[in-house]
Amino acid sequence: MKSANDFLAVSNEHSDWIPLLELSAREVFELMLGCHLKPLQPVPETGLDITAMVGLAGQLCGVLSVRSSRESAALMACKMLGAEADKESQEVRDAFGEICNMVAGNFKNKVSGLGEGCMLSVPTVVTGNDYSLHSLTDSPPLEVSLQFENHALVISLEIS
Amino acid sequence: MPDIRALIVDDSSVMRKIVERSLRQAGVNLTQVLEAGNGAEALALVKDNHVDLILCDINMPIMDGLEFVKQLGGVPNAKGVPVVMITTEGSESHVVQALSAGARGYIRKPFTADQVKEHVLPVLAVKT
Repeated sequence: MKSANDFLAVSNEHSDWIPLLELSAREVFELMLGCHLKPLQPVPETGLDITAMVGLAGQLCGVLSVRSSRESAALMACKMLGAEADKESQEVRDAFGEICNMVAGNFKNKVSGLGEGCMLSVPTVVTGNDYSLHSLTDSPPLEVSLQFENHALVISLEIS
Repeated sequence: MPDIRALIVDDSSVMRKIVERSLRQAGVNLTQVLEAGNGAEALALVKDNHVDLILCDINMPIMDGLEFVKQLGGVPNAKGVPVVMITTEGSESHVVQALSAGARGYIRKPFTADQVKEHVLPVLAVKT
């Protein structure tokens, strides 16, 4: 079995994974929410006050996160459930976490060799934006910014 | 289509609702839907309730879906009840493990109602 370091070397710092990360998110939104995501540049620095995270362990270790606004997360829950959802409700956090879980699972299934050797944690959801996420490596995260119904959506993969 | 009592097992209540809606869209005549947030809760439910169909996630706290399917074989009430996995785990080894443990179908998340129909209706047809 390859070590995590072997995997890092072979995949050329993983920049080739960015399109897969974007495709993974697009598929989840199209199949589960009936929405098409659009590209978004530059990466927004404010207004992202809800974060869902799923840990990856095994052949690839890291954290995949999805960030957006709580208004946006409520709209996502509404589209998933076909019913209105209060942006402060547990249902919205549950839906947002599940979106992150599906993006992470879809992503690892697209990377050759990862589907078998990488496990996912259950999702964790953080609300608020006054926090910093510190990776234990120097490499910057792989990041994709997308637009969901005029709301910003940022998908990040921090590799440990 | 006969009346169906279904058990939906997923740690996400939102996903349980989506699965239920997909079953109804697939034309499954649901007369009762039981829900569990993990495999241990699901085992307790099937010991006390008769169900005709189980839809089950894999990655869940306390008891995961693969362990649940393995232990389900020892529940007299559950003999012959078809289990369809619905999960983000899409690798071939997970599919093989699930089917070896006794699952009759496997749907990868994200999914469409058509995929639920495609995988669930055949196992109900075999059962009935």
